Amino acid sequence: MKTIADLQAIRDKIKTRILMRKEHGYKHEGPASETHFRSHVMVCAGTGCVAGSSEFIISKFNEEVAKHGLQDDIMVVRTGCFGLCALGPIVIVYPEGVFYSMVTVDDVPEIVTEHLKNGNIVKRLIYAETLCKDEHILPLDEVGFYKKQMRLALRNCGLIDPECIDEYIANDGYVALEKCLTEKKPSDVIDIVKASGLRGRGGAGFPTGLKWEFAAKSQSDDGQKFVACNADEGDPGAFMDRSVLEGDPHVIIESMAIAAYAIGGNHGYVYVRAEYPIALNRLQKAIDDARAYGLLGKNILGTGFDFDMEIRPGAGAFVCGEETALIRSIEGNRGEPRPRPPFPAVKGIFGKPTVLNNVETYANIPQIILNGAEWFQGIGTEKSKGTKVFAVGGKINNVGLVEVPMGITLREVIYEIGGGIPKGKEFKAAQTGGPSGGCIPAQHLDAGIDFESLTALGSMMGSGGLIVMDEDNCMVDIAKFFLEFTVDESCGKCPPCRIGTKRMYEILERITEGKGEKDDIEKLEALAKSIQTSALCALGQTAPNPVLSTIKYFRDEYEAHVCDKKCPAGACQAMAKYGITAEKCKGCTLCVKACPVGAITGERKAVHVLDAEKCIKCGACVPACPFKAIYK
Amino acid sequence: MAKNETTGILAQETAELLKEIILKHNGYGRRDAIMAVLNDVQAKLGYLPYEAQRYIAVEMDIPLAEIFGIVTFYSGFSLNPVGKYKIAVCMGTACYVKDAHKILAKIEQKCGIKAGETSEDGLFTIVATRCIGACGLAPVITINENVYGKLHLEDVDKVLEKYK
Ligand SMILES: Cc1cc2nc3c(=O)[nH]c(=O)nc-3n(C[C@H](O)[C@H](O)[C@H](O)COP(=O)(O)O)c2cc1C
Ligand code: FES
Repeated sequence: MKTIADLQAIRDKIKTRILMRKEHGYKHEGPASETHFRSHVMVCAGTGCVAGSSEFIISKFNEEVAKHGLQDDIMVVRTGCFGLCALGPIVIVYPEGVFYSMVTVDDVPEIVTEHLKNGNIVKRLIYAETLCKDEHILPLDEVGFYKKQMRLALRNCGLIDPECIDEYIANDGYVALEKCLTEKKPSDVIDIVKASGLRGRGGAGFPTGLKWEFAAKSQSDDGQKFVACNADEGDPGAFMDRSVLEGDPHVIIESMAIAAYAIGGNHGYVYVRAEYPIALNRLQKAIDDARAYGLLGKNILGTGFDFDMEIRPGAGAFVCGEETALIRSIEGNRGEPRPRPPFPAVKGIFGKPTVLNNVETYANIPQIILNGAEWFQGIGTEKSKGTKVFAVGGKINNVGLVEVPMGITLREVIYEIGGGIPKGKEFKAAQTGGPSGGCIPAQHLDAGIDFESLTALGSMMGSGGLIVMDEDNCMVDIAKFFLEFTVDESCGKCPPCRIGTKRMYEILERITEGKGEKDDIEKLEALAKSIQTSALCALGQTAPNPVLSTIKYFRDEYEAHVCDKKCPAGACQAMAKYGITAEKCKGCTLCVKACPVGAITGERKAVHVLDAEKCIKCGACVPACPFKAIYK
Repeated sequence: MAKNETTGILAQETAELLKEIILKHNGYGRRDAIMAVLNDVQAKLGYLPYEAQRYIAVEMDIPLAEIFGIVTFYSGFSLNPVGKYKIAVCMGTACYVKDAHKILAKIEQKCGIKAGETSEDGLFTIVATRCIGACGLAPVITINENVYGKLHLEDVDKVLEKYK
């Protein structure tokens, strides 16, 4: 078991290691040592980069470094997400801060020999934006993608080795817990969180300090209270929480311990999607390591405070992200929601007062304790303080994870940080809030993003998925996509959600198939209103949002489907009929080759034939034909 | 999996495996360990056969009907064995707007089965999954542990070829 002095000794010992990565141009005095290395090779091992084989890249680096006898000078670090997933796998080399993108295993020997041994940067692999004309390397925080970001919740992601508790400790880790346990009363902690203005990042934006206060004041018959972390992250297209768990698992442990201290609890649960194996493993390792250091367990840091925690895996049910359903699931039941009140802060896990917060909410807590409520108050907008992490995806160049101060405009996120829309296409809408949210059209690109503004636009903050769509995406089809999701994920307990969303889906289905009826749009609106007001939980209550917001901004598109039986974006496959104009076809066989399913046949110089039965309407043949002989 | 399944008796080694998993999660007398136990059993056996559910019910002292209720509630649990290769096509939003449904259609056609089905030879199971968090690589599919990202329709043949 470690004492407060032991933790400080760890910090002193490896502080320079973290400094070298944090400060551009940092120069270390003195030789390499057990804790200090001349160069650090940071390899992203978030899910995205692991899918791009970063584990093999790490072993290759270790192998090559050993081959050159550099193992005492060079440290290869497996780290969390750098955010720029589109360019993965990513490798950053410190102290120079050289950012290599799309690295393959075969590139590793060259980086080791040229860069690490001979000191020549491998220019062909460098992320172009970081290389200035005069060949010097731009610090990452001056590059377009990072310039406007502010990494608080993600502060350790990409900076430390998530599997090394010492590195977390070295970057001010567990200092906030120390401070709370030794200098502050539980009510002081709650006051700080309240004063900071922090609101829940799981979607609803409820003030966190207030929630803690309710739980602290609630009575429990046997004195038991719980803290829980919602890492269910159900929004399809969002991976913020997963990145925090993968890149900085200890921040969740520290934060939950602080929350438990504040409300008077001793046990915590983290509810994680089973689909996140890397996150699950890293979090488990972090829990084991923290326990070994006595940062979990009895008498933490000798202060007399007891706290321990466990992971509870989910099993693929979106509704379990809803707090009452999540609690049922943690208890070992079907994850069906129940009406509130009573709220979990009064009656939660096993009927005891429970604080449930989202991963990103927790990730902000230690910083708030360390820097003070006023510091946090200074970031963001009047009613939404701090930053928000977004998983930016879809039709955008810099797909990845970004953290921005509240109040930043969508335009800045999409064009400056996100690098705009690929292939010169036109921006059409941004979807936020996942299945509970809506689409924001181009005319609102300059709206500042915060809880209130997004709701006013008919969408919502949600957990932080931000999907960009271009002119080729059909808004009716997107609404149908989300409705299909809710129909599938409705737990079936209440009829408005179980039956109502299904009826809405059926209407959308026939509209996209060109069988829409005259008053379908009005029917959708009427159904939406009644589901919003009568469903049991927020899953059902918010399910109509994607439909309502697309009708609001893209009614003409709905009308084109219903009245003209046309999909203006050309996305609704059922309405598309592909065929070959015989007069134009020169028999070049290019379309025959382009067709992925062999639906087009024909000899050279003979008119080709398209078999509508086999055709999957993918459209691959259209650009392949140099004579524009294929019609849709 | 146990050969004796039809006779209702779990093979000795499976029973021991289940016991070990329950112990690992401290599941004797603790109902809330059930999700973790079922997840591990599913990972080990590939699915949750009726006999395994019954065994867990007795060991953990939870009514079998409730275990069955849990297993059928969560889409992550399966009552049927899956194929040797599980092809998961991501249908998350980021993949969907990048035409994942066309990739799925092509894979379904190639394997002659629909999403949710297993081919007769037991080789392939196709599932349409939600975001696997590799949106940077959209559209994405996984085949068992392997991830294939930035997939084009033309690539599907080549990828499937490896698993024939
Ligand atoms: C259908 C549904 C799904 C939800 N999914 C999530 C989720 O995946 N992650 C999350 O943190 N909150 C989710 N929430 C919100 C939670 O119910 C709860 O408000 C939140 O976890 C509270 O934490 P916070 O105050 O820190 O945001 C969901 C809510 C609903 C209605
Ligand atoms: S939507 Fe497919 S990986 Fe995220």
